[in-house]
Amino acid sequence: MRADPADYRLVSPGSLQGVLSLLAAEPAQWLPIAGGTDVMVLYSAGKLANRNLIDIWNIPELRQIEVFPDRISIGAASTYTAVRNHNVVAREFPLLATAASWTGGIANQNRGTLGGNIANASPAADSLPALLIYDAVLTLISVRGERRVPYRTFHTGYKQTILAADELILNISLPRRFSKYFSHARKVGARNAQAISKVYLAALGQVANGAIRDVRLALGSVAPVPLRLNGTEKMLTGKEIAPSLIDAARKSVLKEIRPIDDIRSTARYRSAVACNLVTEFLAKLAAEGATA
Amino acid sequence: MNPSPAASTKCEFSFTVNGEAKNVLAHPMERLLEVLRNDLGLTGAKEGCGEGECGSCSVLLDDMLVNSCLIPIAQANGTSVVTIEGMSAHSLMKPLQESFLECGGAQCGICTPGMILAAAHLLDKKLDPTLADIREGLAGNLCRCTGYMQIFEAVAKAARGRAAP
Ligand SMILES: Cc1cc2nc3c(=O)[nH]c(=O)nc-3n(C[C@H](O)[C@H](O)[C@H](O)COP(=O)(O)OP(=O)(O)OC[C@H]3O[C@@H](n4cnc5c(N)ncnc54)[C@H](O)[C@@H]3O)c2cc1C
Ligand code: FES
Ligand code: FES
Repeated sequence: MRADPADYRLVSPGSLQGVLSLLAAEPAQWLPIAGGTDVMVLYSAGKLANRNLIDIWNIPELRQIEVFPDRISIGAASTYTAVRNHNVVAREFPLLATAASWTGGIANQNRGTLGGNIANASPAADSLPALLIYDAVLTLISVRGERRVPYRTFHTGYKQTILAADELILNISLPRRFSKYFSHARKVGARNAQAISKVYLAALGQVANGAIRDVRLALGSVAPVPLRLNGTEKMLTGKEIAPSLIDAARKSVLKEIRPIDDIRSTARYRSAVACNLVTEFLAKLAAEGATA
Repeated sequence: MNPSPAASTKCEFSFTVNGEAKNVLAHPMERLLEVLRNDLGLTGAKEGCGEGECGSCSVLLDDMLVNSCLIPIAQANGTSVVTIEGMSAHSLMKPLQESFLECGGAQCGICTPGMILAAAHLLDKKLDPTLADIREGLAGNLCRCTGYMQIFEAVAKAARGRAAP
């Protein structure tokens, strides 16, 4: 059933301090709303349990994108449009720009935010494999202060995060040391723009003297959390890309992923696709990666 | 900070709609779509899915294409909203209307306001869009009638017409 707006509160403190104070004063009472592209869908369907919402869309500190010599810091409420159109993101972090360009249609990209994608904690969230690959660091903020945590430690289980009840994600910081890698992303779903992924791959690699010097692989929708394939990466490093290596990589991928059956797909299909996506990436890396 | 309203308290929100200043009294979680249709009588934006999937509720909010079914009115406070009704003043409106007519880009018409707004948003940013640009620009707008090719052709035609002197 459709929600009744009379049953919900939405306050708009308009400043970061104002938001943090309220989150601290009444812990776990207030649900932040940024672009609303997850929250409002639940609300419209009458499925939003939390009745008190706090607006973080209009907080300037959360919308800044700052470039430093060694990193880029992306405010958590930066929209997909702002992220993909930023020239440093487009040039040095193509996996993130590409994920942003596939996250729903243009209207969704004009509202949906990177911080919302992280906090919403869906294993199918499309920007998260790129954040794993690029060693993203999150700054979390509350009245108690700020803490910096590697993104890879943020999601602890299905829809579980380390975010405290009084905390916001302030920004996402990416070290600027990946521009010389060959990069590749594939979203497998009903279609790229307006459909939830069945399997998502983000990958980076470098080949030198015929051998893989470095490789980074992350998959979405194949485990309770977005998954970095550490074991497979280790197995591949230093080796020459050949059919026998690709076979070994496929076996290793199957050992690392934990796909499930759900309304969008089956575990068996996801396993096959995950292996095929890694195979496709390795073939491209062999063909094109050496020059990158 | 705004006083935190008790559940069920209406607040006043001000924004401009199609260039006119408006004040509405509404619950902050009332969706922009309902305020436009019910309070302001602007029925051009339609409710298709109510969950961001179909684009029939598209409007421009501070020049950005958005789905008004996903915007609580409190987040529209202080903004400038343009609906299909306000597009008559837009220089692209006439070429888009004509090309939609000529190419068969509108049948039942439910998706058309959203399609026109998405097309105008695209053509405002890209002078000479490719077919891929047009497909991407309209990817969030669903049509159950035309099969899309007529709509893509209509947008391409409007773009070509504008490029030619
Ligand atoms: C039509 C449609 C298509 C979509 N397609 C995709 C897709 O292809 N891929 C994909 O990954 N997602 C997709 N989504 C989901 C959604 O757009 C993204 O998850 C988006 O990033 C959510 O951001 P938001 O700002 O809109 O979040 P909101 O709805 O505002 O918030 C989502 C959650 O995050 C919390 N939150 C938001 N910001 C912060 C913060 N700074 N600190 C702490 N908590 C915070 C909120 O409290 C809430 O729990 C789609 C949604 C729609 C409606
Ligand atoms: S009604 Fe808003 S997107 Fe469908
Ligand atoms: S013309 Fe009928 S839905 Fe598009």
